[in-house]
Parts: sequence; C-alpha cells; structure tokens
Amino acid sequence: MFNFFRKKRSAESAKERLQLVLVHDRTDLTPAQLESLKDELITAISRYIEIDPEAVQIGLERDGRSQRLVADIPLRGVSRHRAG
Amino acid sequence: MTAQVITVTSGKGGVGKTTAVANLATALAMDGRKVVCIDGDIGLRNLDVIMGLENRIVYDIVDVIEGRCKLKQAMIRDKHYPDMYLIPAAQTRDKNAVSPSDMIRICNDLRPDTDFVIIDSPAGIERGFRNSIAAADRVLVVTNPEVSAVRDADRVVGILEAEEKGTPSLILNRLNPTLVRNNDMLSAEDVLDLLGIHLIGVVPEDESVIIGSNRGAPVVTDPKSRAGQAFRNIAKRIQGNEVPFMELEQQNILWTAFQRLTGRK
Ligand SMILES: Nc1ncnc2c1ncn2[C@@H]1O[C@H](COP(=O)(O)OP(=O)(O)O)[C@@H](O)[C@H]1O
Ligand SMILES: [Mg+2]
Repeated sequence: MFNFFRKKRSAESAKERLQLVLVHDRTDLTPAQLESLKDELITAISRYIEIDPEAVQIGLERDGRSQRLVADIPLRGVSRHRAG
Repeated sequence: MTAQVITVTSGKGGVGKTTAVANLATALAMDGRKVVCIDGDIGLRNLDVIMGLENRIVYDIVDVIEGRCKLKQAMIRDKHYPDMYLIPAAQTRDKNAVSPSDMIRICNDLRPDTDFVIIDSPAGIERGFRNSIAAADRVLVVTNPEVSAVRDADRVVGILEAEEKGTPSLILNRLNPTLVRNNDMLSAEDVLDLLGIHLIGVVPEDESVIIGSNRGAPVVTDPKSRAGQAFRNIAKRIQGNEVPFMELEQQNILWTAFQRLTGRK
C-alpha cells in the first residue's frame, strides 16, 4: 500500500536510465572497460605517488553534447597530514 | 531564389518523420513558399498517401536517376497548393538504386527555383539515411518522449556531428501533457537536457493526426488541431520567425515551478 506512494514516477526512471545509456553510447565505452581503465590508472599512478585505491572515483559525465572522464583520486599522505 | 534543403530523420521508425514532412511542407506552402518534398524511403513509399497524392504518381525518383524521365515529370503537383510538389520514392527492392551523389544532384537542380526542399528520411542509419542527409543544409531530428526513441535520436545526432552536418534541431512529437504532468512521461525539458540540441518545436499527441492521414490531408490545414498549430509554428521558425512556444510547454514550466514551490522536486 505504502509502496505505491513511494514508488518513483516512471519519467524519473526513464531519465536516469537514459543518462547512463547515452553516456556509454556516446563514448563507446562499456562499464566493464571503464572498470579496467580504472584499475590500470590506479596501477600507473601508484608507481609515482601513494593513493588509496578504494577511494578512487572515476566516471563519465555529460556536459551538453560533450562527455568528460572525471577522476577523483585522493592522495594518502596529504589527507593524513591535514588530519594530524 | 535558392532553396534550403531540410532533411527530417530520427533513427527509430514510427516516430512521426513522414507526418512532420507532410505537415511542414503544407504549412510552408500555406505561407506562400515554393516547396518540393522528396520521399527518401526507397522501397517503403508513404509520403504520397499521407499527402493524398497516391493516384497521381507516374514517375518516381529512381526513374529520374536512371534517366527514364525528366526531373519535372516526376514532380507531382499538390491538389490544393500549386507551389507544392512531391517527388515519390520508388517501390523497388534495390537498396542501391539511389546514391548520395544522386541526391545532391537532384537537390542542386531544384535549388534555383524553390524555397524549400524537404526530404523524408527512412528510419535507421544505413544507406537510405545517408542518401537523405547528403544534400541537407539543415537536419531536423524527430523523436518521441520515450527511452528507445530518445536513445536512437542521440545516435543520429552523434553521426550528424561526426559527419560535420552541424547540430540538428529537435522536433519532440507525440507529447502527452497529462502524462508529463503526472511525471509518467519525459518532459520537453528532460529530452532537451538529455540530447543537448536546440528545440524547434513540440507536437502534442493528437487524434486529428490520424484522421488527417486517413483523408490524405495533413492536419496543418485544420485550424482547430493542436498538432496542426504546433507544425504551423515550426514552419514559421524554419522561415526565421520567432514564435513563442505553445501553452502545452508553458503548462509544464508552471507545473515545475509549482512543484519546486511545494518542495516536490
Ligand atoms: N502527434 C501525433 N499524434 C498522434 N499520432 C501521431 C502523431 N504523429 C504521428 N502519429 C502517428 O504515428 C504513426 C507513425 O508516424 P509516421 O509519420 O509514419 O512515422 P515515421 O515516418 O517516422 O515512420 C502514424 O500512424 C501517425 O499517424
Ligand atoms: Mg516514414
């Protein structure tokens, strides 16, 4: 009964699903490829600087008709230094 | 006079390309423009019946290309608007009967004494689509507020950009304002945000479109039809006039504002 009221309206689902599909269609990059790109990037960066692999976030973002690959890579040493 | 060549395409089939071509051409003719429509859907001829001209066909576009007739002989004059013509598609099964350079040549022959050449593209991204966009100065992409239609429209927009055809304009067809209000249909804003292209018009879902196609009389000739009004507005925008968007979109904007006020969005 309550579920009926809480259920997301379908237009919202349509928009969210399309946002994901379009970004992958446009870049020709599957979610699996994105995952392995992330792994290789972490390996490469780790050779130079210490990072927390768990905290790395990489994703595709839309900006009008163009796409960008956005990576957020927190550095280990720096955050510890600040916290201390 | 040098014509602007406009191609109407979509990716997905059945979204309203042929309906849009028949209505936009008729609306332009009503505004006194000289218009030639080309049915680019070789093997699946349709524009003739939607325009009510099926009984007048003698020659088709492949007859012109293969030299069986002159271009003028394949141009069927409309029953009501003497400055509007149709060049019908052939019903041949040969997919290679028409090439992009054939289309460019035909359009160049039409340009000197026409205001607008409007090409009805087939669905898909194959040969017929390539032929249809080859001569285009401007492309209009038709879509419906549905996931599959929007996705296919995005593919087509991507191809047009890659081919340096410029960014097309969008016709959003078959919008149901009640469903949008209930958040059960993508709104014009949603589709624009997803596709990231310029909007040239929103056409509501309207029974009169079907009645018009039954009769072979495009709905723009019906002053009471909402869809007809929307197509007349798009035709004005094609001619460079600024026409405010219809109430059906304004309703959405008001509703969105209301939702924001009441914290529902
Ligand atoms: N705005 C509309 N309201 C109601 N029906 C429509 C509308 N636009 C198109 N249709 C109907 O949708 C169907 C497909 O349209 P059509 O123009 O043949 O699409 P396409 O050329 O893209 O395949 C037709 O039956 C047509 O009458
Ligand atoms: Mg069609």
